[in-house]
Amino acid sequence: MIPFVINIVYFLLLLALLLAFIRLTRGPSLPDRVVALELIASIVVGFVGVHAIDTGISSLLDVAIVIALTAFLAAIGFARFIERGPQA
Amino acid sequence: MTDIIVSILLLTGASFMLLAAVGIVRLPDLPTRMHASTKAGAMGAMFTMAGVAFFFADGVVFARAFAIVVFILITSPIAAHVIGRAGYFIGTPLWSGTVKDELRDNYDSQTHNLKSGFEGSPESVTPPPEPNSDKTA
Repeated sequence: MIPFVINIVYFLLLLALLLAFIRLTRGPSLPDRVVALELIASIVVGFVGVHAIDTGISSLLDVAIVIALTAFLAAIGFARFIERGPQA
Repeated sequence: MTDIIVSILLLTGASFMLLAAVGIVRLPDLPTRMHASTKAGAMGAMFTMAGVAFFFADGVVFARAFAIVVFILITSPIAAHVIGRAGYFIGTPLWSGTVKDELRDNYDSQTHNLKSGFEGSPESVTPPPEPNSDKTA
């Protein structure tokens, strides 16, 4: 039962990743793209969690922690870049 | 039994993330897109981590999953606030059906000073008198 469910969850997450990527490429302004990037990072955290269940390797959760951390720092950096401009 | 709980948690988390992605594509402007992506996305990641914690049923894994959940819960609102603030200040257009934008009249985006709208009026210096004070006395 679990492998079947995990395949469905992979499919749903892939679909979500595709939709977020559409917004990333189409986004009319830079903040829209940053929001899409943040959502992509959140989806990837979910992906890593599902992959940890799929393979049974619990150390993959450290990867999820690092991805969440870098996504947060990237969002803060992008926001400063948007607000202050490239020279600040 | 564990399989059923883990399956329900994973499916719920993936559905929330798919909903966030649908919202980020369908909604019209930046604040509404952030409204969809940050809340539903964080919810989906939290459900997925709950599923991981239930699947491994181990103290160390539970602590790690809990740490991820707490971290997402702390950082997601901060990131949304900062991006929304930056997007508002550079003049990202709002949706044409926006009903209320209180900041536009009261906020100076150059000096970052917030006005209350009562500057120069007597109410800003002294509070207005109580109209019913003599009745109770």
